[in-house]
Amino acid sequence: MTAVLEARELGKRYRRLWALADCTLSIPAGHVVGLVGPNGAGKTTLLSLAVGLLAPTAGTIEVLGGRPPASPAQLARVGFLAQDAPVYAGLPVADHLRLGAHLNPGWDAELARSRIERLDLDPGQKAGKLSGGQRAQLALTLAVAKRPELLILDEPVASLDPLARREFLQDLMEAVAEQGLSVVLSSHLVADLERVCDYLIVLVGSRVRAAGPVEELLATHHLLSGPRRDPDTLPAGQEVISASHTDRQTTLLVRTSDPVLDPAWTVSEVGLEDLVLAYMSQATRRGRRNHHLEVQK
Amino acid sequence: MIEFHLDARSGVAPYLQLIHQVRQALRLGLLREGDQLPTVKDVVARLAINPNTVLKAYRELEYQGLAAARPGIGTFVTGTLSGASLAAHGPLRRDLRRWLAKARRAGLDDESIEALFLNTFRSASEEDIA
Repeated sequence: MTAVLEARELGKRYRRLWALADCTLSIPAGHVVGLVGPNGAGKTTLLSLAVGLLAPTAGTIEVLGGRPPASPAQLARVGFLAQDAPVYAGLPVADHLRLGAHLNPGWDAELARSRIERLDLDPGQKAGKLSGGQRAQLALTLAVAKRPELLILDEPVASLDPLARREFLQDLMEAVAEQGLSVVLSSHLVADLERVCDYLIVLVGSRVRAAGPVEELLATHHLLSGPRRDPDTLPAGQEVISASHTDRQTTLLVRTSDPVLDPAWTVSEVGLEDLVLAYMSQATRRGRRNHHLEVQK
Repeated sequence: MIEFHLDARSGVAPYLQLIHQVRQALRLGLLREGDQLPTVKDVVARLAINPNTVLKAYRELEYQGLAAARPGIGTFVTGTLSGASLAAHGPLRRDLRRWLAKARRAGLDDESIEALFLNTFRSASEEDIA
């Protein structure tokens, strides 16, 4: 399968601060990819690099086989929905569609019209008067009707209420099923993405901490609990992502492709949300000094 | 046609929940051979889940010999799980209702009834195996 997005040691620096560093990724086609991480982790920077709004400071990025923004033809194959679904507040809905038709060579006018009709948007209504959910749906309509192969969405549901959030994701998934497009969408809440994503990238502190198909991530992470013990004594193949201890018990989240055989551990599966949170807190812990554990006898 | 739903808190993978609901519907006679399953597009538009999740569930049902895809049309039920036993469901349900009424008269609450049923069910299954 070909990659829709391929990054090699990609980095972006603003003055002295690296917003994204040492990012190596290969996202295969046909997935709905969730890009998760706390605010300020570098999600928007990565997505802006992917659509060519920013140029890399280090490394390379290729999207659909070209370095963005390679050419108008390449840009036509990528749809982008920026944070907070920007629309022209003073322009009516119908004018947004007219604009889309003029600016995009592959514009699907019939798709755009039927979506607006199904969403019950009044073509004469000015976009500034729409609700947050309607505005997001209008922006999604524009992005989908250009018939992209890859759709990139930056925090598309963050500002929506739960109902609008669900409706937006329903609509997005319908477009994926109909058009077979690949999607990359970011969020700081994994709960938003859990149902829709089958591929996940965890970005924390400007670095990629984990990336892969959701099923594979879930299958290679385990929660171990047992008598108190120093995580440094674990077998080589088990990488500790998070650890917590009471005076008697140790609970670890480990990443390993081999089965955990030590009978001292009770092994349980990890949910996606716990997995992501473990990576997030790992990054915070690394920032502190003296995180070594003393094992008491 | 059946309608799927998802329990996000159950911890059961969504594709397994879809499979389970089809099997359940087959067992209860809500789905019969020849019936069409909801299209992938309908399911994702309703549940806001990844299309691959639905495809995976349908592939697994095909593998179990319960469904078959007709390209361009949809996925159809090809097997059955209820068999001849479906006719017996009615009388059995009546007996069970009578038993439930009796249990309530004896003062059992919902939790006690469930516990008693599961307990008896398990010990009976174990005796069958032994």
